[in-house]
Amino acid sequence: MPMTITEKILAEHAGLKEVKPGQLINAKVDVALGNDITAPIAIEQFRRAGAKRVFDRKRVVLVPDHFAPNKDIKSAEQCKIMREFAREQRLTYYYEVGQVGIEHALLPEQGTVLPGDLIIGADSHTCTYGALGAFSTGVGSTDLAAAMITGELWFKIPETIKFIYRGQRNPWVGGKDLILYTIGEIGVDGALYMAMEFTGDTIDSLPMDGRFTMANMAIEAGAKNGIFHPDRVTEQYVKGRAKRKYHFYASDAGAHFKDIREFDVSKIEPQVAFPHLPSNTRGVSEIGKIFIDQAVIGSCTNGRLDDLREAAKVLRGHRISPNVRLIIIPATPSIYRQAMKEGLLEIFLEAGSVISPPTCGPCLGGYMGVLAKGERAIATTNRNFIGRMGHPESEVYLSNPAVAAASAILGRIGRPEDLGRKG
Amino acid sequence: MKCKGRAWKFGPNINTDAIIPARYLNVTDPEELAQHCMENENPRFAQETKDGDVIVAETNFGCGSSREHAPIAIKAKGISCVIAKSFARIFYRNAFNMGLPIVESDEAVDGIREGDEIEVDLTSGKINNKTTGQSYQANPIPPFMQEIIDDGGLMEHIAKRRS
Repeated sequence: MPMTITEKILAEHAGLKEVKPGQLINAKVDVALGNDITAPIAIEQFRRAGAKRVFDRKRVVLVPDHFAPNKDIKSAEQCKIMREFAREQRLTYYYEVGQVGIEHALLPEQGTVLPGDLIIGADSHTCTYGALGAFSTGVGSTDLAAAMITGELWFKIPETIKFIYRGQRNPWVGGKDLILYTIGEIGVDGALYMAMEFTGDTIDSLPMDGRFTMANMAIEAGAKNGIFHPDRVTEQYVKGRAKRKYHFYASDAGAHFKDIREFDVSKIEPQVAFPHLPSNTRGVSEIGKIFIDQAVIGSCTNGRLDDLREAAKVLRGHRISPNVRLIIIPATPSIYRQAMKEGLLEIFLEAGSVISPPTCGPCLGGYMGVLAKGERAIATTNRNFIGRMGHPESEVYLSNPAVAAASAILGRIGRPEDLGRKG
Repeated sequence: MKCKGRAWKFGPNINTDAIIPARYLNVTDPEELAQHCMENENPRFAQETKDGDVIVAETNFGCGSSREHAPIAIKAKGISCVIAKSFARIFYRNAFNMGLPIVESDEAVDGIREGDEIEVDLTSGKINNKTTGQSYQANPIPPFMQEIIDDGGLMEHIAKRRS
């Protein structure tokens, strides 16, 4: 029976020849991930179950990235629980501040997650690794604890929706715009419980960083996972990083899809998601005058090197509006270093922005850029729910890095073209 | 097992930032989390709910982050059951793993009004509206999930299988 890439990876990890949507399986996990918010509860559950050792110290990965460097005493205690557990269990992949980056940028960069893997993480944006051609999904802390102990977890085989993107991207249109547009079309539960398979000639020419951005936001459509077919671009990215074997899977011709959606990319312009849902999208040319107090460029969605390069391309030679705080967060130490080498940090500082160490911080209203009552931000992050970045009466607009950078200069949400910048 | 209490109604796409804002995620203590339950959505909720009360919401309840703090906060607040037209995937798993009863029923959500007295029989999936006299049927829980509930949660389920 022909299968999708998602079905094939799940079948392989369950030791089955074939699987069908709706089927419940028990599958081996290659990597189980936790962060400083979710791991402490998982560790508590781990102890409560009477477990002594994780199933494999090379496959349980802990990343203090949300409220680290510690934002207050309480978060310092959370990070400490995780640090001590990592030492006790002698985990190979525990990343201390200085080596740590935002988990979903860090793990692929370090070759810790690979094509063909089955990855679970107690963080909803774990779906990011689908960009590599892996099955990767977010779970809660108790599921993480179960996987830490047994190396296995139960799954229901999801239905798959296939998304086909055709045509050439317009100037300043990237992975962020394709995924925002898609969520705008299908809604925040348009792929509930399902796999989103991203294909088409536009995708073939989309660089790795753009693919990570798209897979990252599959959860914002309710999906279980987002997935790409690994190809030359993937191979280029993975070789030299991988520390173990990996496998390329592909959907069979004749695989069953619940739905197939096609998009003409030449008609898509940069997108902005209005408060308070990622699906409230509009083309950037249709938004009117929206003044902003803050702009954030970073996060597991758009804090990678290509994102920073794009922001720098817009910011070069400009000063940001005196009414705006621009916060830029390179997602990992290695991205930070490379941005320094390429002179991007210089451009950011000259423009009047502040550069943060890698952290999730402001994306979820933690710290490093929390909004006051009535304030408005544009952010390259992934969620704009009520109070997401601070006060319940603050507002978040989502966009790509170029639009966020242009908006910081303009003091209102706008396009790079409004500054005379060509893509 | 039966759940009994007053209905608190909510709209579609109630996300985990609404259920428990991230600014409180520097703790894991259920009682402390419960004090801020639904704060971004309805600031009165944490003060005015009584033990046994029921959350009734439209589609995609619990969307957003994977934080288990969300079902923990709801459970610690004394909410006995969440009825919704549909649940976000991670929240659905988390609620079962935590032992927070959740049921899906379109007709119950459409029929129940704010403040109605509700009784949910989790075994049969029957929902009674004591205020209006109406009754509704919930979608059955998959047998596999029922097993986890019967064992008392995922950790207990695993402990049982390993022994």
